Amino acid sequence: MKKQYLWLLLLPGLLFLTLFMIIPIFMTIGSTFFHEGTFTIEGYVKLLGDPYILKILGTTLQVSLVTTIVCILLGFPTAYYISKQKARTKGILLALALFPLLTSAIVRSFSWMVILGKNGLVNNFLVGVGLVAEPLKILYTPTAMMIGLIHLFLPLMIISLVGVMENIDEDLLKASESLGASRMKGFMSIIVPLCVPGLIVGSILVFVGSLTAYTTPQLLGGKQRVVATFLYQNAMTLNDWYMASIVATVMIVVTFIIIGLMNQLARKLNPKG
Amino acid sequence: MKEKHRGLALFTTLVFIFLLGPLFIIMATSFGDSTVLKFPPEGFSFRWYKNIFDVEMFMTTFKVTIVVALAGNLIALLIGVPAAYALSRFNFKGKGLLNTIFISPILIPGVVLGFTMLKYLVVTFNLPIYTSLLIGHVVLMLPFIIRVIASSLSNFDYAVEEAAMSLGASRLKTFFTVVLPNIRSGLIAGVLLAFLESFNNVDISVFMTGPGVSTLPIQMLTYVENYFDPTIAAISVLLMAVTALLMFSIERLMGLSYFTKNN
Repeated sequence: MKKQYLWLLLLPGLLFLTLFMIIPIFMTIGSTFFHEGTFTIEGYVKLLGDPYILKILGTTLQVSLVTTIVCILLGFPTAYYISKQKARTKGILLALALFPLLTSAIVRSFSWMVILGKNGLVNNFLVGVGLVAEPLKILYTPTAMMIGLIHLFLPLMIISLVGVMENIDEDLLKASESLGASRMKGFMSIIVPLCVPGLIVGSILVFVGSLTAYTTPQLLGGKQRVVATFLYQNAMTLNDWYMASIVATVMIVVTFIIIGLMNQLARKLNPKG
Repeated sequence: MKEKHRGLALFTTLVFIFLLGPLFIIMATSFGDSTVLKFPPEGFSFRWYKNIFDVEMFMTTFKVTIVVALAGNLIALLIGVPAAYALSRFNFKGKGLLNTIFISPILIPGVVLGFTMLKYLVVTFNLPIYTSLLIGHVVLMLPFIIRVIASSLSNFDYAVEEAAMSLGASRLKTFFTVVLPNIRSGLIAGVLLAFLESFNNVDISVFMTGPGVSTLPIQMLTYVENYFDPTIAAISVLLMAVTALLMFSIERLMGLSYFTKNN
């Protein structure tokens, strides 16, 4: 096929994304280095020196890290169990894991407001059985954000892991056992390394997703800010577009660094080479 | 060994209770009768379902959401299908970079997309908010359309296409009469997935609100921040029903294995 036809097919999409996504993003990044017409990195200096902003960055990082680790701990055994089922059961379990993933983040965060609130399920139970005298403050804390984010992203981890586990030959485990390895040792030295690519993909999705999530922290975090809600607050409430642009730039750069690093790691660790 | 699997089965059951339990709680509370959201609910009524239709803002924003999702989907198809075809059919220099560009709306944080679009499309280029909202959703949907279609095309045997062309059909005619019918189910699945993405989107839409323009998720967000009655629970149940229906259709069309294979 002639080259110009090929570009004709690609051009509309490329033009659309360049005009409406790439240019706005690069202009936003560029704008952070100019304040009132002169080149400056003052905004970034201010960012790194402001304890309030550093605390927001810290909370975001901490919440995302815990979310990712818990998703791995809960997702790994679950995915292993699902991948070992017969096709029919596996299909049903996958559908049950996918359903919350496709359901609106607002619906899911809202459900945790009902559960974790002052008169929510958890507090009613704790007060009812006399474990605590006063309802605990769970909603509008980093803990609530973490629970909401784990609920939001666990299906992604499960699905990424089932994808790689399905392809692992069960005979490998039997072979290692027949050669004298314990079941646990065989599992840790054969199954787990083979799952690393799926584990990395799942972890990128969960970590970057938590790092940049808006809806769940907005609903469950209360006054606790994370970078995404901080960006929104600067842009829409405080009208400080300069700070909002800086936060946006930081988010893009961090996202791409993480994806790049994880990709490199995946390439190194991939047992297929 | 049996013992171990029983432990694993129990663990999996608990994880699924964690994943699905909250959704059942929402369902139960939506039928409650008291004005405060409670679980277990008190009494039984459909009044909160009726309330959805009485709050005018839910109806107007619902219309905007549907229009944006459908019109956006159409535009995304028009520019996405040719691109997906070119990317999966031909090998050429720079293909990897182009693939990354077309997938990048998934990688870039949603609030960053929303904010930069507000800053340049609405403020600098002075586009109407409604138009900008639509553009934002096309950008959002494009990677889903392209990925699902490219994945269907990867199962398509291009020898069939070449046969049709060697018999004298033009490339364009071959595409519409031979290629497209063969990837029909993938195409519909892509449309449904993109629809769901657009319909549930918050991160972009939250920056694109103005007089008469706002989407249902944003209206729900505002409502939840001000009222704590079961109306949102009732809407949630309706949204879950739609989600289940679309998911079931996607499963019928291309199987759920698409999700485990493609990320």
